[in-house]
Amino acid sequence: MSPQTKRLDQTVRKSESSRQVATTGHEWDGLQELNRPLPRWWLWLFYATIVWSVGYWVVYPAWPLLSSYSNGVFNWHSRAAVRSDLAALQTQRASMTNRLAAASLAEVESTPEMLDFARALGGRAFADNCAPCHGAGGGGAKGYPNLVDNDWLWGGSLDAISQTITHGVRSGDEQGRQGAMPAFGRDGMLKRDEILVVTDYVRSLSGLSTTAGADLSRGAKIFADNCAVCHGPDGKGNRALGAPNLTDQIWLYGSDSQAIIDGIWNGHGGVMPAWSGKLDPVTIKALTVYVHTFGGGE
Amino acid sequence: MCPDGSSASASAITVATPMRPGQSLSDLAGAAADAVTTAKLSQSDFPDNLDDEPLYAARKKIYPQRVRGTFRRLKWGLLVVTLGIYYFLPFIRWDRGLNAPNQAVLIDFPGRRFYFFFIEIWPQEVYYLTGLLIIAAMALFLMNAVAGRLWCGYLCPQTVWTDLFVAVERWIEGDRREHLLRDQQPWGFDRAARATAKHFCWLMIAWWTGGAWILYFGDAPTLVRELATFKAPPIAYGFIGLLTFTTYALAGWMREQVCVYMCPWPRIQAALTDEHALNVCYRYDRGEPRASLKKAAALHEHGQPAGDCIDCHQCVYVCPTGVDIRNGPNLGCIQCGLCIDACDAVMKKVGRAPRLIAYDTDLNIRARQHGGRTSYQFVRTRTVLYTAIIAVVGGMMTYALATRHAQALTIIHDRNPLFVRLSDGAVRNAYAVHIANKRRETQNFALQVTGLAGADVETIGSDRNPEGEPIIAVGPDQTRQVRVIVTTHQPLKPDASIPLTFSIVTADGGVGATAMDRFVGP
Repeated sequence: MSPQTKRLDQTVRKSESSRQVATTGHEWDGLQELNRPLPRWWLWLFYATIVWSVGYWVVYPAWPLLSSYSNGVFNWHSRAAVRSDLAALQTQRASMTNRLAAASLAEVESTPEMLDFARALGGRAFADNCAPCHGAGGGGAKGYPNLVDNDWLWGGSLDAISQTITHGVRSGDEQGRQGAMPAFGRDGMLKRDEILVVTDYVRSLSGLSTTAGADLSRGAKIFADNCAVCHGPDGKGNRALGAPNLTDQIWLYGSDSQAIIDGIWNGHGGVMPAWSGKLDPVTIKALTVYVHTFGGGE
Repeated sequence: MCPDGSSASASAITVATPMRPGQSLSDLAGAAADAVTTAKLSQSDFPDNLDDEPLYAARKKIYPQRVRGTFRRLKWGLLVVTLGIYYFLPFIRWDRGLNAPNQAVLIDFPGRRFYFFFIEIWPQEVYYLTGLLIIAAMALFLMNAVAGRLWCGYLCPQTVWTDLFVAVERWIEGDRREHLLRDQQPWGFDRAARATAKHFCWLMIAWWTGGAWILYFGDAPTLVRELATFKAPPIAYGFIGLLTFTTYALAGWMREQVCVYMCPWPRIQAALTDEHALNVCYRYDRGEPRASLKKAAALHEHGQPAGDCIDCHQCVYVCPTGVDIRNGPNLGCIQCGLCIDACDAVMKKVGRAPRLIAYDTDLNIRARQHGGRTSYQFVRTRTVLYTAIIAVVGGMMTYALATRHAQALTIIHDRNPLFVRLSDGAVRNAYAVHIANKRRETQNFALQVTGLAGADVETIGSDRNPEGEPIIAVGPDQTRQVRVIVTTHQPLKPDASIPLTFSIVTADGGVGATAMDRFVGP
């Protein structure tokens, strides 16, 4: 295509006007797009934005330097801005947080406005800190207790929940919850056949099916000798040691034979961190109320 | 496609040939094809180098001439009404009782409420805004289908404020001729004094415009007092400054540039229009060929035809966007009708019939040209459709407004976990229940949950009434969220999903609001 015909394709002139205007060469059903010059003020605005951008270099942190960066004349910093926003928020909430700090847990829960505030604050703290293990709505997962049901390893009263959150479970904190399920099989305390028998017995405690012909009375004997120390003679558990109730329908690690055998063989000992050093007392209070009002609180 | 090339768009999708008299939109495809052929044949029309095109075009200053007539009077009337509403509406009071603002129109951002006379809109009812926007769009389309750019010519804020600014300019700097002459003089005391006075007046109007704007967002009398004593919040001054600047720049300096370059509506309306829509037209069947009175007399003497247009350019001089209406439909024409007034005045003076420029359609002009019948069709598919949509959406909004309750109920089922099995085998579902109390006093609602017989309904932190239903107190003009727990001991089918109805019963025993959700089982 010669340059001349190319130009012909790209441009169509207004045939009658004294002033000729180029088009962009685009055509839709005979409609064409004129290629008019920009208005001058638009061009000025464009240059003005370029000048304006220079102002950002001066005012805000902009240029990387060898070991640091240019600070900007306002010394503005995004982290400082977040800190001051947080401080402003805390000041705004101060009247309620102060009330929460002074009130007992029971008082917080029985006063509607404090309850609403604590649930809002606790919900946020739960999502930030607890949800990774316990689930967004406290539903838990295998090995991570469900906080919505009415079964509690260490107690579901306000004080018990507060104690667990503050000091954790097997967290290394001196006041933390202690006690673990030993590895009966791995450490040679029970033989394989004994574990199989006691598994059937444990399943029978909550009415689950057992292996045909299982010697449950032998299982009961093994249970009384090894397990009842923590789980109680009737298998109802012991909250002082975090030993679960084996007679109800809630199973932290699963209720099938394999899961129970696995637990007896290898033991259990989940860990929850102590939050006392990480969260302030008011947040822990709010979290306690939030967890207590999931529905299973005692 | 502005033939003088002064004010057409940089990238307007438009036809390559100017619209000639006697040509309709449907002719244009063929005409454009002709243009391509013509262009190919006349090689000499091309500049040697396309890079020689200018990068930018300076604005040609427009000196709109004063005009009197029907449309000018109509525009003055609309200017007074629209600006009157804008400037004074915030001062109208409306009694809503204790603890409620008494301003008729108020957008209360901190309180999250919008008040419009007897209507109070909460943020969750913002769908009314959707309805309003649909009606606004359809009204704009309908205007366009009936008589072109009625919005642009008479009601658009850009047009109204520019009209006001032009009037001020004319008052201080004089009419077109005087102003033109003065602008050609070297700067002296008179010119400087007038320019200063003009810009001062413009800035005062712009400042008042910004000031009135913020009054819609707070109690107007209080805010005026605070502004006067410099106690208003800084953001108030900031917004006044911003709107002062935009009003001054857009109505004082930018004017027709806003319509030609910035506004999307001319493009949209060009795509929406049809051949039956009335537009401000030059009736070339009557006007052509143009001839001055003397020339017309000479032509008649020789038995040659002469049109009614005496080529006096009054229609161009009065045009606020600098368009020559005689060149046909034009992107820059806002259809304000001032050229009709100007032409009518001239026609009256020369003793010819008025409305050489008028609201008409090109179809009718061509019909007259060829001795055919003119017709005005207002009832067309599109006008009926637009009217129907406006009626339906307006009806829905009115119905929704008339039947809405003073309280609202929203249920959100817990997503994770969907259900919980309790130690005794019972199944529990939890819900976040939002109750909005739009009354100005605290209301106690009894929560009823039906659909699952024998289920236990518990609300965290609430008492129960003698019937065992949870009682939820919601403060005046507030929303409260409560956690509601529903537990059943009955055996459920696998994957059960049972519909539940939540109702809140007001103190007088009536059902305030209901909402549906489900009870999910393992």
